[in-house]
Amino acid sequence: MTDLTQMKRGERGKVVKIEGGLGLLRRLETLGIRKGVEVTKASAQIMRGPITLKAGNTEVAIGYGMAKRVFVELK
Amino acid sequence: MKRILLMGDPNVGKSVVFTRLTGVNVITSNYPGTTVEFRKGYMRLGGERLEVIDVPGTYTLDPTSRAEEVAVEMLEEACKEEGTLVIDIVDATNLERNLNLTLQLLKRDIPLVIALNLWDETKHTGISIDVEKLEEMLGVPVVPTVAVTGEGIKRLVDRLNEAKKGTYEYEDEERWHEVGKIVEETQRIGHKHHTFLERLADASVTPLTGIPIALLVILVTFKIIRFIGEGLIGYLFNPLFDRLWMPVMTKFSLLLGGGGFFHEILIGQLIDGKIDFFQSFGILTTGIYIPIGAVLPYIFAFYLALSFLEDSGYLPRLSVLVDKIMHQLGLHGMAIIPMMLGLGCNVPGALATRVLETRRERFIGATLMAIAVPCMAQIAMIVGLIGKYGAKGMGLVFGTLFVVWFVMGGLMNLLLKGESPEIFAEIPPYRIPYFPALTKKLWMRVKGFLREALPYVLLGVFVVNILYSLKIIDFLGRIAAPLVTRVLGLPMEAVGALVVGFLRKDVAVGMLAPLGLSLKQLVVSCVVLAMYFPCVATFAVLVKELGIKDMLKSAIIMIISALLVGGLLNLIL
Repeated sequence: MTDLTQMKRGERGKVVKIEGGLGLLRRLETLGIRKGVEVTKASAQIMRGPITLKAGNTEVAIGYGMAKRVFVELK
Repeated sequence: MKRILLMGDPNVGKSVVFTRLTGVNVITSNYPGTTVEFRKGYMRLGGERLEVIDVPGTYTLDPTSRAEEVAVEMLEEACKEEGTLVIDIVDATNLERNLNLTLQLLKRDIPLVIALNLWDETKHTGISIDVEKLEEMLGVPVVPTVAVTGEGIKRLVDRLNEAKKGTYEYEDEERWHEVGKIVEETQRIGHKHHTFLERLADASVTPLTGIPIALLVILVTFKIIRFIGEGLIGYLFNPLFDRLWMPVMTKFSLLLGGGGFFHEILIGQLIDGKIDFFQSFGILTTGIYIPIGAVLPYIFAFYLALSFLEDSGYLPRLSVLVDKIMHQLGLHGMAIIPMMLGLGCNVPGALATRVLETRRERFIGATLMAIAVPCMAQIAMIVGLIGKYGAKGMGLVFGTLFVVWFVMGGLMNLLLKGESPEIFAEIPPYRIPYFPALTKKLWMRVKGFLREALPYVLLGVFVVNILYSLKIIDFLGRIAAPLVTRVLGLPMEAVGALVVGFLRKDVAVGMLAPLGLSLKQLVVSCVVLAMYFPCVATFAVLVKELGIKDMLKSAIIMIISALLVGGLLNLIL
């Protein structure tokens, strides 16, 4: 299990855990990031900048702090 | 049936459907959050006149930003009224994510029709959706549409009378599970080729390739704006004014006897016995020349470039790249969008701060934009005034404003309580801009400029003449002399520009032309004019967006920082 910031560009994984309150869970959910879905990391910025990932056909940019709380099982 | 609400996730094409249904043109782009305010229009259906409302996009009925709150409030209102129905617009290429909102809407006490928009894009993304099955499962009509081309819109309208309240039963906690079930049964995803646009999309958010791409995009955008702007002025507008308008005005000037009250107001001062469109300052000379001859070419060039960037889907990617920098200013990457819009005109820029989540961010974003982002009308006039000094003059003005933008943002971030939230945004796919939509948008913006700016410019020039002939400027000049002459090092007459700047910044910059200022004085006055206060149109919107108390705070920051920066420039240049 690893968090989104540790994933490498182009790697795929299944979301297994999201650490955070209901607020964060709800927000991530709206863009299709929730337990059980498969995501692909698309990019990371230098110096703890945001990361982008693809979930289904949606591409999403999320902050480093949020990405740190989403854990995936690598494929 | 009396009213139709268009609802759906952000960036699914609600505004395009709105334009198709009502014929009312609204600005549409390829990024989430283009529509931050609702729009009303009307359509005819079987002899009935229906009100159609374009609601800002929302991913859920638990709102997370001001624009989303507007959407939810409108739905609540609508549910209370008889005869209202919702067209839920769904992005067919993102069925799963979009059904989350659809299922929430199905639970509300309001009839629904679903438009499965962006239907054409499902084909090359390898998605196939069983529309009949989907309709059967959801229990409301589902119509595939391609709003940009108009495909399916007629069918959608034909089926409006079949709108039904949802009967789909589920527990809220099970919503995603239900969504999964529906998608499982109705959608097949086939093999999909990686297209060139997708590869370009990946390259433009990865720092190694993305930063060079961003620099290139920005450089090319500036070059194009300059090339088109200068080209239009040099080869079209200046010749038109010199060869067509000048002879007419010269005759008119003679007719008025070359002087007197009416000559002053209509033609203005003669410079060396001749009319000078930049300096004479009559309503029919400078009043017409500023908006049409000097500003319009740049407005056209800027909005052409901006519309292309908007519709391609590049702006959200730029947001990701600059996110880290924007955090130093108490904002996040998406705040680059209000700033870019502000370069065209501060009014839409101020409205676009609604995509930001917190009050603190909206305050910082709006204040920064009003202080350090000059609008295109002002930029065009600064170019006209200082352009002849070459890169040095322009660099000093715009370089100073950039530093101010950065430093003021940093200061506000330090001094204001609270944190800046992290970026959280959908990045739309790259799309080749649809040419008819792009030209229509460009035309709307140019027309908007002519309709809204032209009267103000004429009024501005009129006010200038009245202020001068009643010696009000002399009076104000004497009062403000210590500040203006000692601190800023400007002649007393420059006060006139500061007064008119409240009304229109482009006219104010134009007023500097006849004063015979040195380069240093030009730089100081242009920077101060950009910073000290927003024009009246922007001010009105900011009061509405920030509230009167925060706007006062913001205004104090503007005035103090303008004097500080102006004084400093006067000392060091």
